[in-house]
Amino acid sequence: MNLVLDIFTVSAVSAGALFLLAGTVGLLRFPDPLTRLHALTKVDNLGLGLVVLGLLPQADGPFGALKLVSIWLLVQLSGAIVAQLIAGAVRQRGPHG
Amino acid sequence: MTILSVFDIGLVVLLLGIGASTIAAREAFAAVIGFVVYGLLLSIAWVRLSAVDVALTEAAIGGGMTGMLMLGAVARLRVAKGSDTRASLPARVAAGVLSAIVAAGLAIAILSPPEAIPTLAPMVMENLAQSGLGNPVAGVLFVYRALDTLLEKVVLILALLGVWSLAPDNVWGGIPGLRVYARPDSTLTFLAQLLPPVGIVVAIYMCWVGAKEPGGAFQGGTVLAAMWLLVMIAGLTSVPSISQTWLRVLVVVGPVIFLAIGLAGMVLANAFLAYPSGYAKPLIVAVEVALTLSIGVALGLLAAGPPERVQQQ
Repeated sequence: MNLVLDIFTVSAVSAGALFLLAGTVGLLRFPDPLTRLHALTKVDNLGLGLVVLGLLPQADGPFGALKLVSIWLLVQLSGAIVAQLIAGAVRQRGPHG
Repeated sequence: MTILSVFDIGLVVLLLGIGASTIAAREAFAAVIGFVVYGLLLSIAWVRLSAVDVALTEAAIGGGMTGMLMLGAVARLRVAKGSDTRASLPARVAAGVLSAIVAAGLAIAILSPPEAIPTLAPMVMENLAQSGLGNPVAGVLFVYRALDTLLEKVVLILALLGVWSLAPDNVWGGIPGLRVYARPDSTLTFLAQLLPPVGIVVAIYMCWVGAKEPGGAFQGGTVLAAMWLLVMIAGLTSVPSISQTWLRVLVVVGPVIFLAIGLAGMVLANAFLAYPSGYAKPLIVAVEVALTLSIGVALGLLAAGPPERVQQQ
């Protein structure tokens, strides 16, 4: 049972790391602010989400798991809202404002 | 070589790289962003050194709060259309020489450590149980070096007075010039309604848990300050004028209670800042709660800046 959980952790965290990497490449390579924000949402959402999902079986009891999930939710919230605010600023002042 | 040492080396290389790019950045804005990232990476380095208390403070103060203060300074410089005056050559040479001397002093101290590194850590761990605390950092801060901690909080008030005294005479006691983005239906308003309850719980938790695990007044106070600034920036609550009595009381309540307990110690425990035996933990928690409030209000006001307009009656 432990081995199955460990394999699950390793594969989910690796998949999360892949999304983090892809999002970072997108952030560096995409041409304008809006597409870069689009790349970042992958990092918040799937990258961190998969890392948290993978760590859940290793968590320190149900409260530890709850903490991990709350961290993910809070990052989701702040990520989504900051993306909205930056996009709003870009729309108002243009990409170089 | 284990995977952890690979991680550590990578972290150090990143830290040095970001530090260098922060210094080399031509744009003030880029330099500040570099500084914030540096602060966050540094807090990971502190975690790797098992100094979680320092890591929390570094992330909150070094990365977050200082970053916000400096972003405010950058915005102010932009508005002022900083005239392109560079410092004169002698001034720049003097600054360079001073920096080199400081760097050389630090390098000597780090590169030639004494044979046996002096440490009081074993003594702290031996006597920690007497204070009723579980976190040795809290023990050092509030029992063995309480005077340093008290003075540190007083310095925070002095810094706030320094910022306030930048105000011109006619707006003294007025409202700080925090930039407010009050637009109904914006996502910022949504965040400012949703996040503060969560943030306040986190701040109380950090303050409470500080007695036995990493956390404490400074970390909790910073989270409180961030929540307060969020609702002020979103325009959900107005920025108070600095002449309000409740505001000034909150700023000094922490150091005053700390000082009062310290003076009471002279009578009850025969030394300034000593706690009567058996009452150490409750007294320390009381001081921490009051300090959390004071630090939160003081940091929020530091970020809000000097008064810029007078309150309309």
